Amino acid sequence: MILTGNYAVSYGVKVARAEVVAAYPITPQTQIIEKLAELIAKGDLRAKYIRVESEHSAMAACIAAEACGARAFTATSSHGLAYMSELVFWAGMGRFPVTMAVVNRTLAPPWSIWNEHTDLLAQRDAGWVIMMCSSAQEAYDTAIQAFRIAEDERLLQPVMYGLDAFSLSHTAENVDLLDQSVVDGFLPKLDPAKLPVYMDPDNPITFGNLLGPDAMMEFRHLTKEAFDRAPAVIEQVAQEFSKISGRPQTGLFDDYRCSDAEVALVAIGASSGDAMDAADNLRDRGVRAGVIRLKAIRPFPGREVRERIGGVKAIAVVDRDYSYGFGGIIGGELSSCLKGGVHRYVAGLGGRDITIGDFEGMMDDALSKAERGEDAKEVWWGLKELA
Amino acid sequence: MITLKNLSAEEYMLPGNAACPGCASVASLRIALKVLGPRTIVTIPACCSSVIQGYYPKSPARVPFLNTAFAATAASASGILAALEIKGREGINVLGWAGDGGTADIGIQALSGAAERNENFIYICYDNEAYMNTGTQGSSATPRGAVTTTTVTGKKEKKKNVPEIMIAHEIPYVATACAAYPLDFAEKIRKALSMKGLKYIHLLSPCPPGWRFPAEKTVEIGKLAVSTGAWILYEWSEGKYTLTGLSKGMTKKSSRKPLKEYLTAQGRFSRLSEEETKALQEDVDTQWDRFNKKLVESGTAPTG
Ligand SMILES: Cc1ncc(C[n+]2csc(CCOP(=O)(O)OP(=O)(O)O)c2C)c(N)n1
Ligand code: SF4
Ligand SMILES: [Mg+2]
Repeated sequence: MILTGNYAVSYGVKVARAEVVAAYPITPQTQIIEKLAELIAKGDLRAKYIRVESEHSAMAACIAAEACGARAFTATSSHGLAYMSELVFWAGMGRFPVTMAVVNRTLAPPWSIWNEHTDLLAQRDAGWVIMMCSSAQEAYDTAIQAFRIAEDERLLQPVMYGLDAFSLSHTAENVDLLDQSVVDGFLPKLDPAKLPVYMDPDNPITFGNLLGPDAMMEFRHLTKEAFDRAPAVIEQVAQEFSKISGRPQTGLFDDYRCSDAEVALVAIGASSGDAMDAADNLRDRGVRAGVIRLKAIRPFPGREVRERIGGVKAIAVVDRDYSYGFGGIIGGELSSCLKGGVHRYVAGLGGRDITIGDFEGMMDDALSKAERGEDAKEVWWGLKELA
Repeated sequence: MITLKNLSAEEYMLPGNAACPGCASVASLRIALKVLGPRTIVTIPACCSSVIQGYYPKSPARVPFLNTAFAATAASASGILAALEIKGREGINVLGWAGDGGTADIGIQALSGAAERNENFIYICYDNEAYMNTGTQGSSATPRGAVTTTTVTGKKEKKKNVPEIMIAHEIPYVATACAAYPLDFAEKIRKALSMKGLKYIHLLSPCPPGWRFPAEKTVEIGKLAVSTGAWILYEWSEGKYTLTGLSKGMTKKSSRKPLKEYLTAQGRFSRLSEEETKALQEDVDTQWDRFNKKLVESGTAPTG
């Protein structure tokens, strides 16, 4: 079926049998929730659609639905995600296995509907598994896997996954869809008995009243331990999904030609395909280039990535995001896992294209600096004079 | 009709909770749960009622309590309902229980959304007329003249009329109540239970530390609020206003006690000058004049 990334998410959520969808529209996420509203209205998906009045309410409703045993989904973007943030933490700290698609968009001002990853990354301490999709097919596959990951008894944490605005959300490609029966075999019904919080008058509990300093750390440590188990859960789910779909799946990250690389570029999201093309071009020129495409950002696969590229001559990290007063977020996170610096390229903010040529240029730049023994530093790639 | 005889003897909100002595809101939650019964899920935002539940792992609640974020009560209730429906879990009542700040201020957007969708739950705002949890800051439900820590010379603006805002949503049922009249309150919950859609009850809930009166005077103060006409007990349904309880006999000014009796019993009004007291009395009289017109329009004005 030819689907945009957005519609791929909708169909993934449908075949995953989400039971409650509470969502609020924002460009460029709207197609996701419009399609779901339509599928529910037509009876193709047996679910309740709550037409909430804000993203804050969307997540509050999703949390409450999970607390009452229903599989819940929402989707948002940029301002919607920022507006929702209080409840994003509520879901993460409360261990409610909600899943959410985030279409990555720049935060204003000035207003912009174009692609940037800062919105998603700004939520990285909220106790959510965070993934980035790189194709419409992967958006479909991730929408399904996200529920399995979130609901896994070893984890029980919410999962959000990003789709680059327009280049993924609105770009149509052929997406292989799975039969309902196949997905039903992969994703069992949500079992309330396994939920950490279940609102049941026959077994009444109070969720979320006060907790003093004497036990809060222990609670938080349980979540930390869940995230220690998360990489294994994500890898296992990806492997099982590979089997049912016949499509080999990446769990935490893709390693593209890094085994013998002298320069490795690390990227996330839809443009990582272009980065791989750039690596091919470099190899045609005799430069051994490779790409690591991070799929998981939380848990951050730093150790696993270090094992693959820890020894290469130069590592270039591309950030379509920024933490002001610190630097590119992925570059910063990765350097904390590696010995020696990484060459950090801030690029594509506000939706500016990052071309194959740009990726080639970054790898060339990183490698030549490394060969000259120059210190790694941050470069704002393609920065122009303001008019 | 709920009477002392048929009000459930079961307790779903147990003693030993962390409320202040004389707290009307916890007493009213106890009454509400007696009417709603054991098959009820309650969602509560940040407010005194989240604190009075005390420290995990203990809880005074014998029905499920889902605490949520300050602004999120009505959205949380909507999520509960959606799940119950899709899961086919029938016969469970849903209660949103929030303070005046969580209702009139930060939570009004979610409440308005749920009201427009006419979600099938009961929302009770217990109105202690300030942000008590955080130490008595002024809210939009703080009445004119009342001193709070952020209206230090007495609030200049009038109290926001949330019941009227809810009536404008044309939901099936809107009522006011006062914690000093638990049976009137209980009866309104019973009625609300018989209707489908969003039912809103706005409960005046005297608060000894916040209003500055001795803890043993909670009921007395609540009764004065009604007998002076400062607080009107009524119901609204299908376009009609109906007075209930003591308020039924208070349409005439002569039947109402002077407002001063209510004001002077509370420290929060102690800064009021004679003039300001007079102005507040006029507010009450105007409020009744307007309300009487509504009763006439409803065809529910008391005769004679
Ligand atoms: C988003 C957010 N802002 C502020 C607070 C702090 N806060 C917690 S309870 C509260 C006051 C609650 O007032 P009200 O709803 O009237 O209930 P009361 O405490 O008076 O019973 C405030 C301001 C919060 N928890 N969350
Ligand atoms: S401050 Fe007022 S409302 Fe809060 S617990 Fe004490 S008496 Fe009750
Ligand atoms: Mg209050």
